Amino acid sequence: MTKKLIIEHLNAWFGSVQALKDINLNIEENSVTAVIGPSGCGKTTFVRCLNRIHEVVDNARISGKVLLDGEDIYASTSDPVLVRRRIGMVFQKPNPFPTMSIFDNVAAGIRLNGIKKKNEIADAVERSIKMAALWDEVKDKLYKSATALSGGQQQRLCIARTIAVEPEVILMDEPASALDPISTAHIEELMQQIKDKYTIVIVTHNMQQAARVSDYTGFFLLGELIEFSKTPDMFTNPGDKRTEDYITGRFG
Amino acid sequence: MKRRISDRLLKLISISFASIILILIIGIVYELIDGSMLSINRFGWRFLVTSTWDPVKNVFGAMPFIFGTMVSSIIALIIALPISMGIAIFLSELAPQKIRPSVSLMIEMLAAIPSIIYGLWGLFVMAPFLQIHVEPLLGKYLWFLPLFKGAPLGIGMLAGGLILSIMIIPTIASITRDILNTVPTLYKEAGLALGMTRWEVMSKIVFPHARSGVIGAIILGFGRALGETMAITMVIGNAPMISASLFSPSYTLASVIANEFSEAVSQLYISSLIELALLLFIISMIFNALARLLVRREKVLQ
Repeated sequence: MTKKLIIEHLNAWFGSVQALKDINLNIEENSVTAVIGPSGCGKTTFVRCLNRIHEVVDNARISGKVLLDGEDIYASTSDPVLVRRRIGMVFQKPNPFPTMSIFDNVAAGIRLNGIKKKNEIADAVERSIKMAALWDEVKDKLYKSATALSGGQQQRLCIARTIAVEPEVILMDEPASALDPISTAHIEELMQQIKDKYTIVIVTHNMQQAARVSDYTGFFLLGELIEFSKTPDMFTNPGDKRTEDYITGRFG
Repeated sequence: MKRRISDRLLKLISISFASIILILIIGIVYELIDGSMLSINRFGWRFLVTSTWDPVKNVFGAMPFIFGTMVSSIIALIIALPISMGIAIFLSELAPQKIRPSVSLMIEMLAAIPSIIYGLWGLFVMAPFLQIHVEPLLGKYLWFLPLFKGAPLGIGMLAGGLILSIMIIPTIASITRDILNTVPTLYKEAGLALGMTRWEVMSKIVFPHARSGVIGAIILGFGRALGETMAITMVIGNAPMISASLFSPSYTLASVIANEFSEAVSQLYISSLIELALLLFIISMIFNALARLLVRREKVLQ
């Protein structure tokens, strides 16, 4: 196994509030890594540090290293725009661009990669939407506004949009928390189908979901990484008392 | 019982005060139409396309003033638009949170300066500067354009447009900033996460999202330029002529009314001035209504 991301001594702040404290962990290539923990434990901040989106919030700071294929994405020579093209993100709330059609939402990312030919864009759009298991539902209304879709469809459209840029890593911040069970099942299935091509990091509130979809799990509490191990080990034999309390539902 | 009487009284008083506004507007429109009947009957629609303005022979036409008003406002818009957009983008997206309030305050203070002060500054500082430094340069290097022909006088169409542009920047910039602030962070972050640059986020996501509101802000600024009187009267040269050159003097609807009303002796002269006022009223109302419609629609959509 190769280590796609190596996180070393990562700290993050909002103003004077420290949201992450000395996080160290490795993310394996072509695996699904789940990040769990109670609200406010820093799990969303953690994934937002992995694609340099944390820093766009006013007063937000970080220290430490995040190595992508061995290179620090926070090095002074590193361009956040290029980092974000290699590390895509799906947000908690479905956020397709409301001023664009379904087609243009997905094409927006493709055009960023410098592809200009119409048929190439159309092919890539179709491929991405198919990969997000949405094609049959939208193929007849590609030029309609993306806001006409249901929440679950919008979220799969956002996944298609992210895939279209051809990133290497996909970060998902509670991608199913606003969705009904059927849409959630769609998205979980989708993750299994695409993980041989991508490295996936998913934040989730839902421990069953973490157990179902992930290969590795990290448990965060109050900004610290309490435990990180293979998912089956974490759920059958937690190494830390606090992890055990959380996954058995004693708090959180 | 006592309480009900006081409530009724309050209602009655506030309704009557509010209706004063309505009565005032209707009264103004009525007076404008009534006052310009003489001129309307005498010149008809030709009033709009006649370029003679001759009080001695009693021939009046609005053409040079409509031209002066529209062109000076368009020049103002061309200059103010990019600057205002830059200010709005800076204030809503790029400036550190700490300095935003103070910069915003300064922009809004610009709008609070009385227009006579802009006029004085325009006449004594800006116009001589244009005459000595800017206009000779434009004439020297862009002589082939009809826009920059003629003697550099300082005061004239260019000075008028410039002073108006300074006056409408606060309007356009602050409304545009408010509109841009209504675009949810959600969509901006989605763009950034796709690997868009700040510029791409602005041009592909934020501006399309805020489009109609921004257009409204621009039209509102344009409306302000159309009706501005004092400052532009002091720098535009006040000569009823239609010239392609920005160096030559011009005249606006508002300026001619302000300048000539006190010296208008014949009934027809007065009536013609009132008809100019009616024209200005109609033009301003159309642009204002359009702008408010667009700005409001944007705010409702959020």
